[in-house]
Amino acid sequence: MASATLVASEEAGSLVLAAAGEWLVETAAELDRRLRALEVPPGRRVTLDLARIDRLDTTGAWLLLRTEHDLAALGNAVEMRSLRPSFEPLIDQVRAAGMVVPARHPRPAHHTIAGFIGKIGEITLGLIARAYSILGFFGLVSATASRLVRDPQRLRVRELVVQMEETGINAWPIVALLNFLIGVVVAYQGADYLRYYGLENYTVQLTAASVLRELGVLLTAIILAGRSGSAFTAQIGTMRVTEEIDAMRTIGLDPIEVLVLPRVFGLVLTLPMLTLFANFMGVFGGGVMAWGALGISIPEFFNYLSKLAPWSYWIGMIKSPFFGLVIALIGCYEGLQVQRSAESVGRLTTLSVVEAIFLVIVTDAGFSIFFSALRI
Amino acid sequence: MSDQPREPIIRVRGLVNRFGNETVHDGLDLDVFAGEVLGVVGASGSGKSVLLRSIIGLNRPVAGDIEVLGHNILTMTDVDQRDVEKHWGVLFQDGALFSSLTVAQNIEVPLKEYYKMPLRLMDEIAAFKIGIVGLPEGTGEKYPSQLSGGMRKRSGLARALALDPEIVFLDEPTAGLDPIAAADFDILIKDLRSSLGLTVFMVTHDLDTLFSTCDRAAVLVEKKVRAGTLEQIQSDNHPWIRDYFRGPRGRAALLAEAPQLVREASSLPAPV
Repeated sequence: MASATLVASEEAGSLVLAAAGEWLVETAAELDRRLRALEVPPGRRVTLDLARIDRLDTTGAWLLLRTEHDLAALGNAVEMRSLRPSFEPLIDQVRAAGMVVPARHPRPAHHTIAGFIGKIGEITLGLIARAYSILGFFGLVSATASRLVRDPQRLRVRELVVQMEETGINAWPIVALLNFLIGVVVAYQGADYLRYYGLENYTVQLTAASVLRELGVLLTAIILAGRSGSAFTAQIGTMRVTEEIDAMRTIGLDPIEVLVLPRVFGLVLTLPMLTLFANFMGVFGGGVMAWGALGISIPEFFNYLSKLAPWSYWIGMIKSPFFGLVIALIGCYEGLQVQRSAESVGRLTTLSVVEAIFLVIVTDAGFSIFFSALRI
Repeated sequence: MSDQPREPIIRVRGLVNRFGNETVHDGLDLDVFAGEVLGVVGASGSGKSVLLRSIIGLNRPVAGDIEVLGHNILTMTDVDQRDVEKHWGVLFQDGALFSSLTVAQNIEVPLKEYYKMPLRLMDEIAAFKIGIVGLPEGTGEKYPSQLSGGMRKRSGLARALALDPEIVFLDEPTAGLDPIAAADFDILIKDLRSSLGLTVFMVTHDLDTLFSTCDRAAVLVEKKVRAGTLEQIQSDNHPWIRDYFRGPRGRAALLAEAPQLVREASSLPAPV
């Protein structure tokens, strides 16, 4: 372990501070403590004797210069003496960097009450601006889509099919498994409570209604928000970082038409298909549970199913393209918000998933009100 | 200069690096001596960065020995590793600053990791390091995303110098800088070397940097290194090396830094 010392002595009317040993970054903490504890009355002659410094690095040099500077600021006449010539360039280099007083660590503004309230306002305004901007993006996409209606050849069919494969076909195993399990869970939990009232025969209807009206479509939308919405943001965001989107514009390609529309159309088309499949798997899961735990036979099962209100089969399906639209729009919107840094891709991808799920559930709530008003 | 026997501070022997079927280095030997600035040059894809990453322990070679400051990088214990890492600083190509921290906090990371210091002292050290690398006052409070490429490199250098290391590894320090900023960076490296007595291992593409700052050059050709003083390397007759130094850019850089060498070189038979 390196060691460094600082000894003060009196000599012919001047205070001599003799530095010795190894003035390195290793010893800096200890030297700093001792230098700060130094009490020199103002208006004196002070000599820094550096003859016995064996090793010196920039930190040690800087400590010496800081001491010189601080003592001089107190009104002392400071002088350095007997510095080894080999250390001179080092001292000069550090001196040339100047005496910089480091910035204090200011308390963040939102740690005060006024700052806290201000922060709330700032966040609220930010949310409003974002909602406005997303709405604007929706308008832009709609306008581009309507141009496509006039000139359908501009639709990029190949890209659309690729997106449908990626978001639809590749997603079916996870959608199938999760919806089957949800069917099983709802039937199991439901049967437990219904048995308590002697109504276990309603288990099939309970499960089917929950899955067909809400759970199937909601679960599928949430899976796709995590799976495809995030992928949209990451893909488009990465293209922004690598300036691919700028390159597209200079060639005359419209990123909305090339990148956003195939993704939006793709998801609007695949989410209903996946939802149909998810509904089937959920009801199937419920049926398996009903058969296994309650001994409901297959004809009985279909008999119960037929007693369901006919609209129940359609409510989930009606909602699904809207959820697909929300997820794809948010995914693409956030992707285009990426700045030219890799860090913002990650941040916005997370944000896109959270926002998409939030908006899916808000839309779902809207539909609930709508359907209850229609009494279906 | 290299006539007197000196103890190398970095010693690479028989280095073999292979990725899949592609051999990048095949029995590469290299010595770096204390206090020198070594420029590592070579064509794109010749394995300059792989060599650097192997020496600093980020890439495990297939075979060979690498010794830095007397420790074998490949077999040393964790304790030795910390000790060696304390004595080197690395500047990555784009600075590799931690994006969630300010520049000052970036410089404080190694200080915090190795020494117990009061916060105030660390702030002071960070502030003067920022001055040493020639960044304007107040840069310390900025985040890496708020800096230009040149400033990020300087900040990265400040972090690499935080512990006053003996060896500094620079990966293409002047790539992506404008010529004025690149020239400033060359001067900075030269100044730091002479005042701090640093050993510098520099991977570079830049002929101006090579001529203005390096004592020796190591050229990666045919999966090996040919090292020597700049004069020795220039008289090497390997086709790539000849093209490198005697191409139009090589001549221009040489003319700017060492006109007497150009006269010597032009007395050699001109490349066909």
